[in-house]
Amino acid sequence: MPAGKKFHFRQNRSQLPGFGLSLGLSVAYLSLLILLPLASLILFSMNLSWREFWTVVTDRRVLAAFRVSFGSTFLAATIDLFFGFVIAWVLARYQFFGKRLVDAVIDLPFAIPTAVTGIALATLFSGKGLVGGQLEAFAHWFNTAFSTQLSFNIAFSQAGIVVALMFIGMPFIVRTVQPVLEELDKEVEEAASSLGADFRHIFLRVIFPGILPALLTGFALAFARGLGEYGSVIFISSNAPYETEIVPLLIVMRLGEFNYEGASAIGVAMLACSFLLLLAINFLQTLARNRRSA
Amino acid sequence: MSAAPGHTLEPRWLKPVLITIALLFLAVFILLPLVTIFSQALSVNLQDYLAAALGYEGATPELPPLFASLGEGTSVYRAALSDAEVRAAIRLTLLTALICVPLNTFFGVLLAWAVARFEFRGKNFLVSLIELPFAISPVIAGLIFILIFGASGWLNMIPFGTQADGSTLTLYQWMDARNLKVVFAVPGIVLATLFVTFPFVARELIPLMQEMGKDDEEAALTLGASGWQLFFRVTLPNIKWGLLYGVILTNARAIGEFGAVAVVSGNVRGETTTMPLYIEILYGEYQFATAFAVASLLTLIALVTLVVKAVIEYLLQKQRTG
Repeated sequence: MPAGKKFHFRQNRSQLPGFGLSLGLSVAYLSLLILLPLASLILFSMNLSWREFWTVVTDRRVLAAFRVSFGSTFLAATIDLFFGFVIAWVLARYQFFGKRLVDAVIDLPFAIPTAVTGIALATLFSGKGLVGGQLEAFAHWFNTAFSTQLSFNIAFSQAGIVVALMFIGMPFIVRTVQPVLEELDKEVEEAASSLGADFRHIFLRVIFPGILPALLTGFALAFARGLGEYGSVIFISSNAPYETEIVPLLIVMRLGEFNYEGASAIGVAMLACSFLLLLAINFLQTLARNRRSA
Repeated sequence: MSAAPGHTLEPRWLKPVLITIALLFLAVFILLPLVTIFSQALSVNLQDYLAAALGYEGATPELPPLFASLGEGTSVYRAALSDAEVRAAIRLTLLTALICVPLNTFFGVLLAWAVARFEFRGKNFLVSLIELPFAISPVIAGLIFILIFGASGWLNMIPFGTQADGSTLTLYQWMDARNLKVVFAVPGIVLATLFVTFPFVARELIPLMQEMGKDDEEAALTLGASGWQLFFRVTLPNIKWGLLYGVILTNARAIGEFGAVAVVSGNVRGETTTMPLYIEILYGEYQFATAFAVASLLTLIALVTLVVKAVIEYLLQKQRTG
């Protein structure tokens, strides 16, 4: 924001009506709906002593669930980083037939209910689905040709969790990288080229550093969303304890056993992870903004 | 301006290769899931047809022609959607959206007005609070309401009089005796949905209103407009597209929310099952055609949301440049 505009803002701050009413009502609503319930979660976990809390969250099954959740989400966000970058690049720099449609469907994972995603991906990647069926046939051919015992099953394995999280996370990366690529100054590229730099150098020295903060922000957003994802994962995963059980599912399990303390302790641990990610995202966004205005 | 001269710097093979990678990825992750939803809803298993066409070992012989199969599927589809429990799920989903969308729109606009039009201490903190429901797992969004309103939650720790035998009556027991249920009932579903859909309107409007500045509104004020006139005649026409965008996103999420609602619903068939929850029940019972029929309705809403979004983005861009 230019300095002059900010000054203008400050000068006229009290002229418009409705400050007390709008702020008062909306903050009251926000507190009742969001802050108070969240505070009650933290308070509830305090029914446990520190030692009990520690015992709950370091339980073998809980640790295994955290490992599955973090591992799958990290892998999914990393794969998305590559494909999301390619899609953003294609949308920002090329003209081709059907580009508008492609641009519009990127947001499908935001708009479609997670339960629908879950059953669609589970069917698609299972043996009776279009992708899973091909993989099964390929596995059959491969195993007979090379007399191996490999499995290419995606549904109902950890690979399935990764696939679901890739679907959920993809638009976050495209939508954070795409505008930055569009804004990137073509003149700098051309200047570098006129100085004799080839494309590889321009990409590594000019383009990549310019979009790195956006890539990292997109990664963090996809990671944060994936870590908490429940609906799409539980359908495609076999949900086996220690192997394919994610943390949100474990919370639901504990609630089903009426173990509210256990559920709240795991919930607080997850909440802490989300806060850390939120801080990281804020930091990265500030970094990106500073770099762009510099 | 000449047509993007920067492109000439790229090696020639790059463009077709990258477009192919992007389109292949989107075909597998966007197109094929959509095809799966609609073909399964119409009870057509395309994999059988593909396997037969490619001549796999063990492919189902004697498949009916695709058209005949589609015709039969349509009647299965119709029957699925006229089922009483499916109707009940549709009604509950619509009711939830009907409560949540107006409430969150109203408070979202209020919040955006406060944040985008005034300077106050703690504003940055408030803005990051708005995003909070997006940052946490939907399961936690459900959990917090169980911890407050559930049978072993906070309500059961609040004394609310004495029972006949002299022991304390808790607020939960008092409400339970009068059949006032929050969780495992409709109010809990509404609360959880309100929680997860709160950010959409405010986060759409705040940057839009900040970008527009308040010159128009201040001019109207000098010309003697009242507060309400100011909002409805000046602000609202300026933010209408952004507002509509926020509203359709709120609506899409309210209709489709699964995790938060699954935790507080209790899954009483025909009573506390929203459409996404009923999909889970049907899928678990291997009623795939019905599950996908309900899913196809939700998918249609999602596709409409995307179309409206694309139109609004176009209009917003025109408003900015024009």
